[in-house]
Amino acid sequence: MTTATLTITWTAICSYSRLEAERGVAALVDGVQIAIFRTYSGELFAIGNRDPIAGAQVMSRGIVGTRGDTPTVASPLHKQVYDLRTGECLDVAGVAVPTYPIRRNGDAVEVAVDKP
Amino acid sequence: MSEKKRLVVAGYGMVAQRFLEAFAEREAPGWSVTVLAEEDRPAYDRVRLSAWFDDYDAGALHMGGAPDGVTVRLKEAVTGIDRERKVVHSPSGETPYDALVLATGSRAFVPPIAGSDLPGVFVYRTLDDLAALKDWATADGRKVGAVLGGGLLGLEAANALKLLGITTHVVEFAPRLMPLQVDEGGGAVLKRHIEALDVTVHTGRGCAGLEGDADGVRRMLFNDGGSLDVDVVVVAAGIRPRDELAEPSGLARGPRGGFTVDAACATADPAVWAIGECAALSLDEAGGVCYGLVAPGYAMAEVVADRLTGGEATMARPDTSTKLKLLGVDVASFGAPFADGLDVVVTDQVTGVYAKLLLTDDAKTLLGGILVGDASAYPTLRASLGGPLPAPPLALLAPAGDGSVKAELPGTAQVCSCHAVTKDHVTDAIAGGCTDVPGLKACTKAGTGCGSCIPLLKQLLAAGGVVQSKALCEHFTYSRQELFDIIRVRGIRSFSELVTAHGTGRGCDICKPAIASILAVTNSGYILDGEEAALQDTNDHFLANIQRDGTYSVVPRIPGGEITPEKLIVIGEVARDFGLYTKITGGQRIDLFGARVEQLPQIWHRLVDAGFESGHAYGKALRTVKSCVGETWCRYGVQDSVGLAIELELRYRGLRAPHKLKSAVSGCARECAEARSKDFGIIATEKGWNLYVAGNGGFRPRHADLFLTDVSTEELIRTIDRFLMYYIRTADRLQRTAAWLEAMEGGLDHLRAVIVDDALGLCEELDAQMARHVGSYADEWQATLQDPQRLARFVSFVNAPGTPDPDISFEVERGQKIPARGPVPVTLGGAR
Repeated sequence: MTTATLTITWTAICSYSRLEAERGVAALVDGVQIAIFRTYSGELFAIGNRDPIAGAQVMSRGIVGTRGDTPTVASPLHKQVYDLRTGECLDVAGVAVPTYPIRRNGDAVEVAVDKP
Repeated sequence: MSEKKRLVVAGYGMVAQRFLEAFAEREAPGWSVTVLAEEDRPAYDRVRLSAWFDDYDAGALHMGGAPDGVTVRLKEAVTGIDRERKVVHSPSGETPYDALVLATGSRAFVPPIAGSDLPGVFVYRTLDDLAALKDWATADGRKVGAVLGGGLLGLEAANALKLLGITTHVVEFAPRLMPLQVDEGGGAVLKRHIEALDVTVHTGRGCAGLEGDADGVRRMLFNDGGSLDVDVVVVAAGIRPRDELAEPSGLARGPRGGFTVDAACATADPAVWAIGECAALSLDEAGGVCYGLVAPGYAMAEVVADRLTGGEATMARPDTSTKLKLLGVDVASFGAPFADGLDVVVTDQVTGVYAKLLLTDDAKTLLGGILVGDASAYPTLRASLGGPLPAPPLALLAPAGDGSVKAELPGTAQVCSCHAVTKDHVTDAIAGGCTDVPGLKACTKAGTGCGSCIPLLKQLLAAGGVVQSKALCEHFTYSRQELFDIIRVRGIRSFSELVTAHGTGRGCDICKPAIASILAVTNSGYILDGEEAALQDTNDHFLANIQRDGTYSVVPRIPGGEITPEKLIVIGEVARDFGLYTKITGGQRIDLFGARVEQLPQIWHRLVDAGFESGHAYGKALRTVKSCVGETWCRYGVQDSVGLAIELELRYRGLRAPHKLKSAVSGCARECAEARSKDFGIIATEKGWNLYVAGNGGFRPRHADLFLTDVSTEELIRTIDRFLMYYIRTADRLQRTAAWLEAMEGGLDHLRAVIVDDALGLCEELDAQMARHVGSYADEWQATLQDPQRLARFVSFVNAPGTPDPDISFEVERGQKIPARGPVPVTLGGAR
């Protein structure tokens, strides 16, 4: 998997203070819709904004919480719950959303999207 | 078809209905079935006959009609049987049979007293009897009524007279009320209960005659020389079997009437059977005994259905146990309460509770008992009949006995006597996967008759290891009601405070909106400030309803469905300018679909400027109060239904609840606003308003129950205030008022005790809480538009605020835009 040619391009999305705890925002990066979340403890996660079951770009509007120790978001349409760390759907086997690298750089929140 | 055997059922009451169902279940294609009924309607629930006085809705008592394939001929009473030719006679001719099941029931017994044929003297047996009684008693000038007979039926009739506004007397020849069911001590306690309801009880007094004229009955004469001026008399002196077909057809009768049958419910003629109250069941007694209770009748129906389809079922000695609520007082009698043996008697004059258990001399076997005032121990005790007591007698009679003792019933104990379901049947069903009461009802039929065994079913579920967890979700072990109390009593203001002290983790899509709803009521503020915003479902978060494509719909409030042309034009212009699909809703308002997140504030700017406010279509909150046009325009209307609907909608707008709340006001009994399908519905009467509660449409429709009659607007609103607040405090998450009331122990009576009689001393608090809501209401959309920080949330993309979601697209159908119907692929596999 890891090769010398892999480069990561970080794109600044917004200020960290713009993010409310346990609530998402959507971002548009090179035509890709990304849902960005800040948990209660301040961790950041980025997943695809598209609900893979309903097909609508809504994941950023789901309710953030936990299942056991797993940070989660629930689709606002039909409430399937996804693991924010892996993108895996915890309620429907075999369904997942993509995840993206995310970091806090000073006050900026940045994500990395692979360029096709 | 002619080769089919012909089964004819004479009579169409509850037992006949049960027989038809039991026969249909056994699938006997070789039979064609015909029912000949005397009344002009199919079987109705005569046990609940008095419920007709709640709402005069005969349909509510309907029992579901005959199974498919059964021919029902109404107003075709069987008038004769020719057993030789195997035909029955009825007004329209002859009907041949291969098997005849007599289910002719009983008639009311009228003792031979002078004047019993006067106008204004009624019996209490059929819906027609009740309708005639109502017409008479509600006519002008009729004030005082007497019921002859202080038994079960007499007390039901007394209740009916009271409901009809009549000053009521009950006259019983025996020295106590309900002489067949209760003893002297129980009768005394019962009498005090009944007298507390302003019913005058005359025990030990006989009626010597009735006086009156062509205009009706005037006076009841007593056998002790006294008299009572009356305007109406109900004779409830007992019932007699309808066995007039016996003698002409040569069938044997029991010593006190009824068609004599053996343990198979067969008469001496192998083609003729008899079931229910018309059957004199002879197990070992000569000639047989008639049972005037529905449970033995049902058992006989099952026996004959089994026999006709090749089975060998026989009748066991019927259980004559009864439990009922008469004028709000629990009375139960079971087993043989008057037999010889040891008795244990508890009398509590303070609470008006009387209980007696009768045991064998060795105190090891329960023979019977009587309960008055509190019958909560009835299911356990009845199931223990003939066996050892599962706990010491006093522990069983203690009020609200806990569930642990009841699970120790023997497996053969009958849990549901209506359907003869034993504890073993129920535990087998639980082992087979039933996990709740509805499941057990479907699987075993237990609990589908009189319903008195439902508490026992719950206990057996719990004992069977089915955890009826009340925990809201993995983050809280408390029920919603408990969380409401914790938040209220401890003054908790935020989710974090609550989950830190009383829960685990950081919540989920189940607990967060539920807690947000509780906090909205206890904090009474804007629902999207601070941490509360993160708790809300997307609908509440964006104050709009999310649709399948991720767009939202907008519903401005149109109170009572009344709207000016100017406002209608504004809605039309907004829809046109933003390209929104419009549709009239079922709640008399207009839904505007297809708005993107960033359009919502712009749309609402226009709407708020024109005087609209949020309709809370997105919230678990009051939606609308529908109305018909009422007396203002309608020639039938008797009150201003639109005015009241607007007043109610404005009063309760924005009120957050465990689930959505719907209401309607109808201006007359024609009920054009469909108020009885609402959580709270109001129907105008000549004298005021009738309030109905806990109805809903939806997945499982339920008609609302009549709760108040002819009340003033003030009393109406006070009661609705309390109803709503009590619901908000105590219901489960996403439990509509209908399910809430159905799950409530004590049901409507309990609700009435709490919010009308203030039995829990809660009303002041409920009133204050509603006053706080009404006083602090502010339009959420106006509050949002006034605050730039709140508005900042309404963007499709945080890094491109002006850009709309490029994935949303529309097509056109019938001149309006709808979501594009593209394929909806599912992304499988792991993260890319």
